[in-house]
Amino acid sequence: MTSWLLLAEAGASAAGTPEGGLFDLDATLPLMALQVVILTFILNALFFRPVGKAVEDREGYISTSRAEAKEKLAQAERLETDLKAQLKEARLESQRLIVEAEQEVDRLYRAALAEATAEANASRESARRQIDAERNTALTQLVKDADDLGELIVSRLLAAS
Amino acid sequence: MLPLPPALPLAELEVGQHLYWQLGNLKIHGQVFLSSWVVIGALLAVVWIGTRKMDRDPRGVQNLLEFLWDYIRDLAREQIGEKAYRDWLPFIGTLFLFIFVSNWGGALIPWKLIHLPSGELGAPTADINTTIALALLVSLAYFYAGLSRKGFRYFEYYVEPTPIMLPFKIVEDFTKPLSLSFRLFGNILADELVVAVLAFLVPLIVPLPAMFLGLFTSAIQALIFATLAAYYIGEAVHEEHH
Repeated sequence: MTSWLLLAEAGASAAGTPEGGLFDLDATLPLMALQVVILTFILNALFFRPVGKAVEDREGYISTSRAEAKEKLAQAERLETDLKAQLKEARLESQRLIVEAEQEVDRLYRAALAEATAEANASRESARRQIDAERNTALTQLVKDADDLGELIVSRLLAAS
Repeated sequence: MLPLPPALPLAELEVGQHLYWQLGNLKIHGQVFLSSWVVIGALLAVVWIGTRKMDRDPRGVQNLLEFLWDYIRDLAREQIGEKAYRDWLPFIGTLFLFIFVSNWGGALIPWKLIHLPSGELGAPTADINTTIALALLVSLAYFYAGLSRKGFRYFEYYVEPTPIMLPFKIVEDFTKPLSLSFRLFGNILADELVVAVLAFLVPLIVPLPAMFLGLFTSAIQALIFATLAAYYIGEAVHEEHH
């Protein structure tokens, strides 16, 4: 290890001499700098620009897709509320129709019932009236027959006497 | 450079030795460039494979790249701020990726299998030239960022909140690249040396914890360098709210 340190010192002190040393600065320095600058331009053209473009395109694509999806979601939600309102309305409407129909049925039933009752009453009444009339006729006839018979008996009796 | 005892043939250590390439009348460290080309090649290969067919639904390597991009963007945005981070994202990202892959490459690739005539391959960031180059780039970057965004009002930063700060802020301009470069260089070199020395002394099992620690340090150092670079740029472009 000691020899290493000695060596480094030797290298440093030997910088003046043409051969070797750790701190041997020469034309390597500017040429390396030039090389790195050229590498920067090449990498910019081959790597940083295209990859940056790809990444940013994707970021743009993702953000637009997100925005689109959000918009679609909002639209779907709007449609949903819209449809829900429509559904509610339809439900109310159907409820109303049912009530109406029930009322109608009830009304018709009542009307038919009333009509039937009236008819039945009427026919009963007419039957009763007919019966009365016939009874009256029969009574009248009976009375008349009785009168006739009475008269006949009277006349017979009278004739016999 | 290191006189090794000949009784220890298992591992060999070299430090401060370089594979020199002559470029005109300039000398450069060949091994640093060789390993940095491997690093850059690996980076570009991964990037090329991952971006060949970009999809909105990422698959395979694209996932990794997008994760990295996201990570670097968060880092840059947090340090630089929402307004200016876009301009500096590639720079911060390149620093992070280059340092990270360099550090891990230095620790994970079995460089020793390749023999060089002189010096040895390793993390490019274990060479002071590389780290100073990166740190100076950061300095240039934050000066440029401040000046281009605020013009000469950038220099108000030196006298805020009070003019007493002026000398300290000027000193800071020198200490920033110094600390950046030496932190990275020291950590990576120290890690490589610790692993090498341990492997040199006890070649089996014992170096493994140090290697894992080295991987951890390497990742942390890349993150620290990129975060500080972003922070310095953020400081330069920051608008004081009066």
